Parts: sequence; structure tokens; C-alpha cells
Amino acid sequence: MLKIRLAEESLVEPIIKGEIKTPCHLYSGEEAIATGVCANLTKKDIVFGNHRSHGHYLAKGGNLNQMISEIYGKETGCCHGRGGSMHLTCPQAGFMGSTPIVAGTVSLATGAALAMKIRKQKNLAVSFFGDGATGEGVLYESMNFASLYKLPIIYACENNFYATHLPLKEFRLDDNISEIAKPFRISSYRVDGNDVLAVYETVKKAVLDIKKGKGPVFIEFRTYRLRGHVGPNDNIQGSQTDIRPKAEIKMWQKKDPLIKYSRWLLKNETASREQLEDIKQKTVREVDKAREFSDKSSWPNPKDVNKYVFN
Amino acid sequence: MENDSNVFLIGQGVQSPWYVGNTCEGLLEKFGEARVIDTPISENAINGAAVGAAICGMRPVVIHPRIDFMVYGLDPIINEAANWHYMFGGMSSAPVVVWAIINRGGEQGAQHSQALQALFSHIPGLKVVMPSNPYDAKGLMISAIKDDNPVIFIDDRWLYNLEGDVPKELYSVPIGKGTIKRTGKDLTIVATSYMVNKSIDVVSELEKNGYSIEVIDLRTIYPLDEELILKSVKKTGRLVVVDSAWKFCGVGGEIIATVTEKAFNYLKVKPLRVTLPDCPAPSSRVLENAYYLSEKEIIKAVKSILAK
Repeated sequence: MLKIRLAEESLVEPIIKGEIKTPCHLYSGEEAIATGVCANLTKKDIVFGNHRSHGHYLAKGGNLNQMISEIYGKETGCCHGRGGSMHLTCPQAGFMGSTPIVAGTVSLATGAALAMKIRKQKNLAVSFFGDGATGEGVLYESMNFASLYKLPIIYACENNFYATHLPLKEFRLDDNISEIAKPFRISSYRVDGNDVLAVYETVKKAVLDIKKGKGPVFIEFRTYRLRGHVGPNDNIQGSQTDIRPKAEIKMWQKKDPLIKYSRWLLKNETASREQLEDIKQKTVREVDKAREFSDKSSWPNPKDVNKYVFN
Repeated sequence: MENDSNVFLIGQGVQSPWYVGNTCEGLLEKFGEARVIDTPISENAINGAAVGAAICGMRPVVIHPRIDFMVYGLDPIINEAANWHYMFGGMSSAPVVVWAIINRGGEQGAQHSQALQALFSHIPGLKVVMPSNPYDAKGLMISAIKDDNPVIFIDDRWLYNLEGDVPKELYSVPIGKGTIKRTGKDLTIVATSYMVNKSIDVVSELEKNGYSIEVIDLRTIYPLDEELILKSVKKTGRLVVVDSAWKFCGVGGEIIATVTEKAFNYLKVKPLRVTLPDCPAPSSRVLENAYYLSEKEIIKAVKSILAK
């Protein structure tokens, strides 16, 4: 969680200064979900992400240096500068890809689960998408198909209560997203997405059920982004577009998943303050080094602009 | 499917063979439900599932009995599969075959008749093949399955009654290579799929009048076999493109543009396109006759060019 937070926050200043141009949808505030979900997965389990996937990539074991380099558009990036922030991949870690078409990878993750079923593999796929994706028909098509064939997949909906600029209550009459899985006879849960232990425990149960062959599971994680929809503060071409009420933002800042988990660790004496500070310093250095790695890396060769069109 | 356990067939009707022109007969019995998957009417999710499985190492063939309905499922093809290898810097690709069938005529009207090859050929990262006969259909399908990229395999139901020799063994017809069906020296016809056979019929007639016409079966729309076309046009100096789809931004325009860019000085007269009118498919038989191409339009184009 800390690595994701520090990596995300390290991008804020460079974005404001214009050093980073690729649109970054920061994951700050939602780290407990990727962390709690991926802690239950192995390398052979497959994850597909979305536009806001720096956290999913890192939690699944993606390489930090390569992610930061990709965001800066360098040849050493995980996609050699062809992807940018919204397209990340680390196939060797089972993170097949994140793409920014809303709900675009839901069906792909379903296909990954179908492949596992055909090959009789005992793994599972996870599809991360947001509350906005509940407006897309392909989500319902995919759930129906996955349920019909009892595919090993978790539909992980990160509900941060906003589809870009639009509050949830203005695009859905029913606030309870976990209900959408029920007509497809998919078991579903509604979890505090800012509580990493609750996330972990729920997903653990889901993984067990899936491995017993019970078919897909839908989990709604309720969370909040501490940054803008895109960039640090939704400053789009000079105008502030974050319309979220200040009081609401303040309330969620108090529920910061990192603070919540630190408190729990201290209270249960699982870690001391010194240990936590030590971990923080180590992680700060790791993030700094990733930036240095990117700075030293060369740009892609413009002559190679059409490299990789075909395999 | 026998040779590679990663290959599977998925789509509407694959378990009821009549629906896709008997092309799936016996597959279910041979390979079972795990690899012959009939689906709900969900083109978007099913294309996506096939693409996702391909990214994870499978070789899916996803079938759409009508290409028109597949428009619901363009996102996984255009946004995901076509871009996948490029946008992830070559880290993985989506070797999926999307088998889409043009099923028209018979007063079916606008939404049961469209030939959409140009739409897919426009997208970088997709290969588009269109067989004109049974031998090429098998060979191109095998090449498409073996290809490490997404391939759109478009065939025309009007070809389904055509008979031809098809060897039992595995063989491939290379993607990106056209073939010369008739050699000639006065004019080149470049044709796609069903229109290849119409063109050959026309040429057989015209040859009786002393014309010498070369007919190229494109077989692959993209990547285009430029070499074959340019070589032929350099020889004949005259070009007619016959395509079963619309004119504007179509295959015909692209081929003529390629020839004028690369072999302009060899052209003796301006090239011509023979295509459908830029109009949706009508229903009434009277209007259908006016809409679909017959030998008449090809003869008219060929004669007008040879008269110059």
C-alpha cells in the first residue's frame, strides 16, 4: 500500500510541472483494494486493469522502475513508451494489461478465465473496474457468460462514487452495486475498500469458493479517490473540474486506508513506530531510485514508431 | 483443433450446425463442449472473451454468423486486440481469429447484408482475409489460426454452394499474398472474394472476343499484396477493381490510390472501381437487382477501359 501511495504521490509534482504528460489517474486512497486482492493471488493468476491501474500493476508484482519509465515515456518502460500511464503490462507477473476503455477489459478477463477452464488450470482471473463501468452493457454480458460456464473470475468493482465527474447517485438509482450480480446468480459482497484486512478476508473466501468450482464472484469495494479523476487535482487546461464537496473529501481523508492499517498494526503490536518509519524510508528510496532509473533511460527511437504493430 | 489443443471455436450456433452453413458439423461430437462453445447473444462479451483467451495463450476462433451483428462487438477487436501488441510494446499479442460471415440477398435488407471488410482493413494491427473458394477458405483459416496477430476472416454466404477440391491434410494459404487466377496482358482485374468468381465468368466471355485480361484474387485485404498488383498493372497498364462492398473509403479506392502512387506512369487510362452503390442494402427484389453487382457492371467497366 505504501509503495503504491508513494509512487503515486511522487508523480504529482512532475505532472504539475508538465514533465509528465501522459494522463495519470492516480490511485491514492484506493490502495487497500489492489493490495488486499492481489495478496490472495499467485503469479499464475491473471489480472486485467483499467485507466486507474498503477496500484493494480504494482500490487500484482509489476516492476516499479519500468512503470515509472513508462509514465515518463522512456524506452525502458514496461511498454517501451508505446503505452503510457493508461496501458501497463507485466505478463510475467500475471498482470496482462490495463486499458482505459471503460469496462473494456472485463470481457478480456472473462476470456482469461475461460482459457483456464478449457486448460483445466486451477487459477483465477481478476477484473478490476470502477463504478462507472456499471453503465456498460459488456459487464452484464460478461457476468452472464461467466456464470453460465462457472468461470474462475472475480469481478472487482472499485466504487469510488464518481464516474469521472458524475456522482454515483446521478447515474444509478440503486446505490448498492453489489446487487447487480444477483440476477446472474453470482455470489456478491459489499466491502469497505479502505480496510485492507476486510478486503483480504473477503477475497480469500472468494478465491476458496472459486477454486471449489463454484463460479464467479462479484465484490463491490467502497472507496474514494484522494486525488482528481485525472492528474492530482482535476486541473484540466487551467480550470478546476473537481466538483466533489469539500466536506465529503475531508470525511474520506479521515478514512485513509494507510492510516487505518498503520493504527491497526500499532494497536495490535504487529509493528512498532520505528519499524513503520523504517519501511517508509526504504520505500521512499525505492521510489526515488525508480525516478533516477527513468531519468537515465533513453527515449524510444522515433524511427521505431511503427515497431510492434504486428507480432 | 486436432493438432493444437489451444484452438477452440466459440460463437452463436456452433452447436447447431445449420446456423453457420454446416461449417461446424461434427465438431461438437469430436472435441466436446469445452472447445466448441455455443454462446448467448452477446457479441461484445464473446469477442472480448476470445481476445482475452488469446492474450493468455489460446488460439480462439470466434464465429459470427452475420457480420452485421458483430458491430456490437467491435470494441474488443478495434480497441483491444488490434492495439494490444503495439500498446504493450510487444510484450504480448492477441492471436484471435474473428470469423465473420456476410449473409445477404434474399430481400434481407439493410441490417442483414453488409460487407464490412474496409472497416477492419482501416485498423492498424488487424489482418483481413477473404477467401473466394473452398481451397483458399481452408488454407487461409489455418494460416489465420497460426498467425500471432488478430485476423478477421470474412467469407460470403454466396460462396457456400461453391464446390472445389480440398485436400484432407493441413496446408496453408499465406496471408498477405494474392494469386493470379487468369493471366492476361491488356487489363488487370483485382477482385475480392465472391467478386473473383464473377470476374472470372466475365473474363471467360470477353476472351471469346479477343480480350486478354488478368484476374487477381486478392485473398488478403490487409496486408495488401502490393507487389503482385503493381507487377500486373505495370504489364497491362489498365486496372479495374471489383469489390463486393461500398465505394467510398473502400478497398477499391485504396488499391487505386496505391497504384497511382507507385505505378502512375504505367497507367494507360484512368482506373475504375466496380462496387456497390453507396447506399444501404434494400429489400424488394426489384431494388436488390439494382443494388447488387452482376456480370453486367464488370463488363461495362472493362469495355469502357479497353475502348480507350
